[in-house]
Amino acid sequence: MAEPANSAAIGEAFADGPAYVPYLVVGDPDYESSKAYVEALDRGGADVIELGLPFSEPIAEGSTIQEALVRSLDAGMTPDRFFAFAEELDVDAALVCMTYYNLIYQYGEGEGPRPFVERAAAAGIEGLVVPDLPAEEADPLREACDEFGLDLVFIVAPTTRADRLDRLMERVSGYVYVQARLGTTGARDDVSDQTTDSLDRLREYDVPKAVGFGISTGDHAERIVAGGADGIIVGSALVDVVADGVENDLSTGEVADRLEALSRELKAGAERGYRSRTEPVESA
Amino acid sequence: MSETDTRTTKEMSRRPGRERGRDDGKFGQYGGQYVPEALMPAIEELADAYERYVLNNEDGFMDEFRERLADFGGRPTPLQRADRLSERYDTEVFLKREDLLHGGAHKLNNALGQVLLAKYMGKERIIAETGAGQHGTATAMAAAHLDMPCTIYMGERDINRQRPNVFRMKLNGSEVKPVTTGRGTLKEAISETMRDWAETVEDTHYVIGSIVGPHPFPVMVRDFQAVISEEAREQAIEKTGGLPTDVVACAGGGSNTMGTFADFVDDESVALHAVEAGGSTLQVDEEEGVAPNSASLYTGDEGVLHGARTKLLQDSDGQIMESHSISSGLDYAGVGPELAYLVDEGRVEPVAVDDDAALEGFHRLSNTEGIIPALETAHAFGFLEEHHEELGDRVVVNVSGRGDKDLDAAIEETDQRDVANAPDMSMFTEGI
Repeated sequence: MAEPANSAAIGEAFADGPAYVPYLVVGDPDYESSKAYVEALDRGGADVIELGLPFSEPIAEGSTIQEALVRSLDAGMTPDRFFAFAEELDVDAALVCMTYYNLIYQYGEGEGPRPFVERAAAAGIEGLVVPDLPAEEADPLREACDEFGLDLVFIVAPTTRADRLDRLMERVSGYVYVQARLGTTGARDDVSDQTTDSLDRLREYDVPKAVGFGISTGDHAERIVAGGADGIIVGSALVDVVADGVENDLSTGEVADRLEALSRELKAGAERGYRSRTEPVESA
Repeated sequence: MSETDTRTTKEMSRRPGRERGRDDGKFGQYGGQYVPEALMPAIEELADAYERYVLNNEDGFMDEFRERLADFGGRPTPLQRADRLSERYDTEVFLKREDLLHGGAHKLNNALGQVLLAKYMGKERIIAETGAGQHGTATAMAAAHLDMPCTIYMGERDINRQRPNVFRMKLNGSEVKPVTTGRGTLKEAISETMRDWAETVEDTHYVIGSIVGPHPFPVMVRDFQAVISEEAREQAIEKTGGLPTDVVACAGGGSNTMGTFADFVDDESVALHAVEAGGSTLQVDEEEGVAPNSASLYTGDEGVLHGARTKLLQDSDGQIMESHSISSGLDYAGVGPELAYLVDEGRVEPVAVDDDAALEGFHRLSNTEGIIPALETAHAFGFLEEHHEELGDRVVVNVSGRGDKDLDAAIEETDQRDVANAPDMSMFTEGI
C-alpha cells in the first residue's frame, strides 16, 4: 500500500491537524515579488507550499494558472532559477515542486529524472507533483525520489477506478492529491459531490489525503475538511490574487498582504472543519 | 457482408506491418501515456474500444468504416503516373492522389474512423483541435455525416490564416472556438482541447488529428490512415508488376506519412522518405525559444509532449520551441512516436526541405502536372527535385492534399521571393 513519507517535513505537516497546502507559480509576475508572495503564504499558516515550475505546454491547468505560467516564463524563469529561488526562500513550510515531466526528464547531464531530483533535494525541495506522469510511467522518478529522500505525490481523479487506484497508491508517498472534480484547475464556487466519493474510496489507504481543485474560501476549506480531508490544496484562488495585482498595478506589499489574509481565512476554515470532526456537533 | 468479406477485413487490419505498438503503445522508448490522471480512464476505455472494434471488427465496425470511406469519402483514390515528372527525373513517378479524397486531403480517413468509433462507444459529443484547419474540416464533415455535435479548437492566428476552412467547419454545423493563449497556433489548440476533454471525458471523444498523443491514438490513427499504403501497394504491383523502390511523404505530426508507409515498412527493398519542413533555416534561436522550422525527426531530441515520448523541438531546459513552416499543417514541434522509432531504427530516412524549395515544388506540380498541391504536400515535391538522383527507378509520392486552401498564402509567399518557375502574378499582388 501507500508508502510513508520519505520527507520528515511533509510527514509532520500532516501529523497534527489539517494541512493548508497553497500553490503559486514561481516567478509570477517576477522573481522578487514572487518570493515575497510565497513568504506571505508561509506567514499565513502554510504547512506545505507547492511551487509551480512553469512548462510551456501545461495541459492539466485551467486558464488562471496557465496565464501565470506564461507571465513567469516571459519574465525568464528556468529550472535553475527555480532552484535558486527555493534556496533563497525563508519559510517554515515544506516545499513541493509541481511541474511537467519533460522539464524533469531534460534536466542536467545524461538521461532520466535523477539529475533533477538530486538538484531539487539540494535546494530543499521535499516532494514532487507531476500532473502529466501517470503511475505506469513513474518508476524511474519514484526510484530517484527514494534515493534522495523526496516524496512523490500522485493525483487521484473522480474517474480513477479501483485497479488504477491500487497502482497509484502503491507508488504514492507524502500525501495524495485528491482532485475534487473533473476538469482542469480553477477556482469554483461549489464543493463537488465527487470530492466525497473520492474520499470514501481512499478511506482504506493510510496516506494523508489533500483535496484540491476549486477551493477558494474558508467555507469551502471547512466543508472539505469536515468531510474527511487531511488537507486542502489551494492554487487558482491565490494565483487570482497575484493576477489581480498585475492587472491593477498593486504594490508587492499589498498583494502579499492579501495572500497572507486569504491564507489565514483558508487555514482557519480548515481548522474549523477539523474541530467539527473531533468535537461533538450540537445539532447534527 | 459475407463471412469471407468480414475475414478479409480482419486480416487486413492484422497485417504484420501494423503490429508495432498495438499492445502497450510503446515503440522502443517512444510512445506511452503521459496524461493527467483524470484522462487515464478515458484513454483506457479508448484502447479497449480500439481493440474490439478496429482490431477485431466487433459489430462489423471496420466493414461500416470501409463502406463509408468508399461511399462518402470516394475511396479508393487513384495511383497516377506523373508523366512530366517521370520524364524530368528519368524515373517512374507515381502519385497517390489523396487530394481527391472528399475534403481534399487524407485527413478524412482518420476523422471518419474516429467519429464512427465514438458512435460505437456511445459517446455523444466530438471535440478536435486543428492547425491548418484540414483536420478540423475533416472532423466537421465526419461529424455532420454521422450526426454528432462537434466543437473544434483553433488558434486565433490560424483562424486568420485559414478563413475558408473556418467557414467550411461552420457550414458543416461545428462550433469553432478560437484559442488565444500563447502564439495561437496548433500546440495551444491541442492543450485547450485536452482541457475540454478533462472536464467532459465521460460523454465526449477527442479526435486527435495525427499519430501523436497518448496510446492508443498513435496506433489507431495509423491504422485508419494505413488504407493509403494498403491501396498504393496493391495499385503499384498491379500497374508496374512490382513494389516501388521509394515511397515519399511529407511529415508534420506524421499521419499521412505513417499512413503511406505502414504496409511498406516490412518490404525491406522499399526506401521510405519522410520529408519535413525545413522552414527558413535548421538553425534554432535558443534565446528566443524559436526553431524556424518543423524538422523534429531530423533535428529534434527525445522528450515528452502532449501525452507521448517522442522527438521534439525543445530548448536545453525542455521548454517546447515555437516551430515554423510555410505550411501550417506541418508547423508542429513534435512528431508521431512511431516515426521517431523508425528513424532511430534506420528504416525511415528523415530529410528537411526548406520553404523556398517547397514553394518551387508547389509551382512545379501545378504547372507541369495540372495538380495544385497543398503547401504541406509541396515539400515532397521539393524533395524530389533536390534528391531525385539518389532515388530508384519507381517512386511513389503521396499527394496528401490539394492546394485550394493555400492559394492566398502561396501567391503571397511567392511574391516575397524569387521563385524561378512561378508564373507572373504581380498584377494581383500589388498592395498585399
